[in-house]
Amino acid sequence: MFQTSIELLKFHWMAYTIYALLIISVIAWFGYNLGRKEKARSWVRIPFYGYIAFLVAGGVGHHIFTYNAIPWVAEDIMRHDIKADREYDISIERHKWKLPEEQMVANMGEKVRFNVRSRDLTYGFGLFRKDGTMVMQMQVVPKHDNDILWTFHECGTFDLTSTEYAGPRQYEKHTGEDLMLVKDALVVHCNDKFASK
Amino acid sequence: MQTVEKKPFFDQLMNGTNFDADSLSALQKVTLRAVVMSFIFFGLVALEGMIMRMVQTGPANPLPEMFSHPDHYFSIMTVHPIVGIFGSTYQLVFAAFMFLVPYLTKKPLYSVKLANFVWLCITIGTALAWIAGFIWQYAPLYTLYWPLPADTEQFSIVGGFVFVVGVALIMVGTLGFIYNIYATIFARVGVHKNKTTKELLISGFGIDGLMNLIHKLTGKPPYSKEPALSLPVVAIFRGTVDTFLDAIVILGAGILVLVYLIADAGGLSWDVHAVDSLLYKNYFWWGLDLVADGLVLIYVAGSWYLLATIITGQKLFMENVARAALLLELFVSWMVWSHHLLADQPQPEMMKLVSGEMVTAFELLTQGLALFITLVTLWKARPLKMTPELAYLLGGLVGFGLAVPAGIIQADMGLNRVLHNTQWISFAHFHIALIVGLYMTLYSALYVLWPLVTNNTKLFSKKLTWAHFWLYLIGGVGMGAFAGMAGLDGMLRRHLYVDGEFGGLMILAAIFGSMVLIAWFLFLYNIVMSVGLKGLIGIFKPANNDIASYGIEEEPEPAPAAVKA
Ligand SMILES: [Cu+2]
Repeated sequence: MFQTSIELLKFHWMAYTIYALLIISVIAWFGYNLGRKEKARSWVRIPFYGYIAFLVAGGVGHHIFTYNAIPWVAEDIMRHDIKADREYDISIERHKWKLPEEQMVANMGEKVRFNVRSRDLTYGFGLFRKDGTMVMQMQVVPKHDNDILWTFHECGTFDLTSTEYAGPRQYEKHTGEDLMLVKDALVVHCNDKFASK
Repeated sequence: MQTVEKKPFFDQLMNGTNFDADSLSALQKVTLRAVVMSFIFFGLVALEGMIMRMVQTGPANPLPEMFSHPDHYFSIMTVHPIVGIFGSTYQLVFAAFMFLVPYLTKKPLYSVKLANFVWLCITIGTALAWIAGFIWQYAPLYTLYWPLPADTEQFSIVGGFVFVVGVALIMVGTLGFIYNIYATIFARVGVHKNKTTKELLISGFGIDGLMNLIHKLTGKPPYSKEPALSLPVVAIFRGTVDTFLDAIVILGAGILVLVYLIADAGGLSWDVHAVDSLLYKNYFWWGLDLVADGLVLIYVAGSWYLLATIITGQKLFMENVARAALLLELFVSWMVWSHHLLADQPQPEMMKLVSGEMVTAFELLTQGLALFITLVTLWKARPLKMTPELAYLLGGLVGFGLAVPAGIIQADMGLNRVLHNTQWISFAHFHIALIVGLYMTLYSALYVLWPLVTNNTKLFSKKLTWAHFWLYLIGGVGMGAFAGMAGLDGMLRRHLYVDGEFGGLMILAAIFGSMVLIAWFLFLYNIVMSVGLKGLIGIFKPANNDIASYGIEEEPEPAPAAVKA
């Protein structure tokens, strides 16, 4: 259902905003009627077991929904059995990325595996679109294999930065500039065959 | 709550309405001391929060430039949760419960001396941690990611030392609180004279509620007609189990960091990677999560039940289910920590699935149940007068109604991939949970307990109380909403943005955030004008009578001050 994370985030924004307005108005309606003497007429009566069933369905259902609607969930769980089209080994030490090449490249629709290792602290590996929205990210725990398999369903040029705090040294002392930000770290070439999918 | 006739400003400021600190018992005094410290720290934390909000609005912000320096900014971010969660929230909750347990069980508090030790420990500990940030700019953030706290290349050893000692003091105070509460609950005096420890334990864990349900379903007579402990006391007992485990874990982590810092100061440079980072993270988050998913949810559910019954004067709806739900929450809260590690790829997938996703989703059930039971209890007592305490209780329900689903959404492998470490989690989830959900519940408790703890002191202004309520509610929800939206646009938490990258939403968040700060000023003004500066000082003077209960010792006159007035 969702191809890219931006589609998912937009849907999520809508769904949660509607929910938030709903719950606020329910409690407001409730509070208003608490003080009134006349019988309140509610347009819906929720029986107790119906409510419990709704909570259970909500808790379980949204995992089932996301598992089927978000392409990277199943891929993430099965990633060790999936053959990647490209693989990049990246390491970090002293707040500095060591990238395999100046600019990583991929084609749209390809599965790319990023293996990231930290030699000192805990960092985060995050790719961002030019408008600042997040493509994806993972934690980078030192001295462990941190790998993520990602199928790019979108093309473009993406920036890389650490999404986890690893001390103030990530930033320039006075200007506060993010020193771990790598502009245009990855280019994904557009591909009509996949774009039409 | 009646308004009082006007006095000249200076007279009002000095003497308050009808507050008489000398009439307070030892229990009332120790409660009020912790409450005062809690609200001082609340102001500090709101101020810190506003500084960080302002920095994020971009270069146009009116703050001096140094606040945008990474050392400075992250040291504020490091002490912000320490001051907020421990200095303010813990103090307030501990104060309320140290008063409530004797009040509800009609037994004396085990030790007033220990209670005084507790608020001093937490106050000094918080101050030390804050000073470590202010003077030495020690800034590993509260997450204490291994080996960040012991990273002596980025942080001064002295700063780390002072910080960890501060946190350790807070935890020692916490252990003191736990001891005091348990010693009070298990003391076999008064109503519990003929109860065995076993009966008290069974009740404390909510087992009797579960047994009653099973007996009812199988058609047997009730397991226990009169539970040994009242429901709010069960919630306090239950939450305190989590508080204990969490204090042990944080204390343990602190000692580990301290060992490394001391070794470093002694010229030994130990390899920090001797401690496995993922193992440490699991250990640390297991403990820290008990603060959030264990203690907060249970204490809050218990407080809702208590407030709903006091406000309506009626029995709680579905009490056995509520007791059993507290037992369920015990197992749930111990097994959900992995939702904090969903973005850690070396974490076993099974752990993510079972602990992070499945068990975490159960919180929707436990908290939804608490919300339902509270609402029905209120509804059955209609019509109710809309008092501040009722309004704050409803505000608390709104807060958790918003924050719990926001957290569950993020505890999903699909969404976590794009929400982890963004402002979504900070604001839509835990700031709403704390500022709106928890604090509004606590304000409700404050207004309910106010006459009992202050011997019926009249509040200075009702208008100010309502102004505080609306400013606080709208400000808290608004700040959470707009900063949360920035998270969906890719804005990271624990990240410094100096160019106003998410400026539009940050300005909105700052406007609503300042409403919370203004609300706090109004509240403070209202309280100071009620108790007066003299009364405020009187709270910290030794008590004239050392009564520590509302029960078997001779009952203090319900309202000596009211008689005088
Ligand atoms: Cu959690």
